[in-house]
Amino acid sequence: MTEKISFRSTSRTFDVGGKPFHALQSVDLDIADREFVTVVGPSGCGKSTLMNIAAGLIEPTGGEVLVDSRPVHGPSPERGVIFQQYALFPWLTVRENVEFGLRIAKVGRTERRRRAQHFIDLVGLTDFADVLPRMLSGGMKQRCAIARAYAVDPQVLLMDEPFGALDALTRVQMQDQLLATWGTEQRTVMFITHDVDEAVYLANRVVVMAARPGRVQEVIDVDLPYPRTEAVRLSPEFTRIRNRVWRAVYHQPVQEGLSR
Amino acid sequence: MPTDLRPPPPRAPATTRAASPPRRGLPLPVWNVLAVVLGLAVWAGLARAGVSGLPGPQEVAVRAGELAMDGTLLDDGLASLRRVLIGFALGTALAVPVGFLMGWYRTARGLIEPYVQFFRTIPPLAVIPLAILLMGIGETPKIFVIFLAAFLSCVVSTFQGVVSVDKTTINAARVLGAGDAVVFRRIIVPASTPFILVGMRVGLGAAWATLVAAELIAAQEGLGYRMQQAQIYYDLPSIFVGLITIGVLGLIMDRLLLAAEKRLTGWQERR
Repeated sequence: MTEKISFRSTSRTFDVGGKPFHALQSVDLDIADREFVTVVGPSGCGKSTLMNIAAGLIEPTGGEVLVDSRPVHGPSPERGVIFQQYALFPWLTVRENVEFGLRIAKVGRTERRRRAQHFIDLVGLTDFADVLPRMLSGGMKQRCAIARAYAVDPQVLLMDEPFGALDALTRVQMQDQLLATWGTEQRTVMFITHDVDEAVYLANRVVVMAARPGRVQEVIDVDLPYPRTEAVRLSPEFTRIRNRVWRAVYHQPVQEGLSR
Repeated sequence: MPTDLRPPPPRAPATTRAASPPRRGLPLPVWNVLAVVLGLAVWAGLARAGVSGLPGPQEVAVRAGELAMDGTLLDDGLASLRRVLIGFALGTALAVPVGFLMGWYRTARGLIEPYVQFFRTIPPLAVIPLAILLMGIGETPKIFVIFLAAFLSCVVSTFQGVVSVDKTTINAARVLGAGDAVVFRRIIVPASTPFILVGMRVGLGAAWATLVAAELIAAQEGLGYRMQQAQIYYDLPSIFVGLITIGVLGLIMDRLLLAAEKRLTGWQERR
């Protein structure tokens, strides 16, 4: 198994009111090529920080993160990021949003069009290619963001609670669609969520994090076949893994007093 | 927080005319016209009731006709318009880059902000005596004062626009491979356009507000000058003509900016 992303005793300390706050303490984690890893944990466990470090949006204060064995410094189109708040460019149409990264990469007009169209079709926004984001629903916005991230052909997709702001039904549909997209366009995915069901349903492996200090608590393999369907979601095996993850998330021994 | 004397941020332009409530009864413009007619009627009523010296609408209309016929109204209007436009154009042309500079570079902000904040507290009119002494009594001091008023309103708004650009939007561009130049050109500029346009509208208001006072400086023509002359001769109808002309011109320019705003910032989500 070749490692795509490697966290090597990655730490990040923030200064909160003059006191150090250990958002991440010495995290070691390897994510294999084309693996779909979800990261769950209570709020404040540093899961977003972990993702931002992998994205190159935050520098670690200790250790490092390697992508393809090269240390990460700063953001790069090789690592696509999908944000919870969609972060579309509201003054650009869906198509222009998806073409944004291709323009920067100086991809020619015809090729740019073709690739953008491919991913717009893939996420089901064909009929909305030329509208502004304000006309889209939350789920459609996030699909546009996913198409935008895919368009620059990243090796790695980092997703920070991408479906967190969606209603339950839309969320399930988005999960299925994401898996379908991932099935045809396999990338290494690191997916942050606080939803245990979502974490188990999507992943090869679930990384459970704990807070204060932010650290990896447990890594749980999900031996469920892809493609995942409703039958999988309702299977006893799913429930068993889900319960295990749930316990790992919610019955965490407190390592340090909450007052710290 | 360092020098946090910033004025309240211009609300990210509320697209007011956007969501109109379900239409019931007469359309809005009809009510607007009705309001104007009603206002004129009240005015005529007051004049007829003999409020001392108050000319009625007819009287003012007649005077407006006279002034228009002999060309003074056009000359004065053009002279004033020219001053406002030059002062306003120079003011915004400088305010936008300076605002960007302040928002983008901390150092620039640190260097420029104290001056902007200081001069903002001085009404542009208070600068007039100094402007006359330093620049004489030609066009320069008048345009300068208008320029100053427009600049100060617009620069703060532009700066505010740049600093309030959503960090996630910038990050989204960076992870797609955008460097500083691209982020500036393709994110910062469009994202702060609504703020700039609000600043321009406020600046335009400030420019008109400063105009009349600026024209009190030994002007030979202009709406403000004409009103000043009329004051000396107790010529109330002319004063009314001047006031109404300023109002109409200001309104037209504001509507033009509003139309530009609608075109340029129609992408905004309505709140």
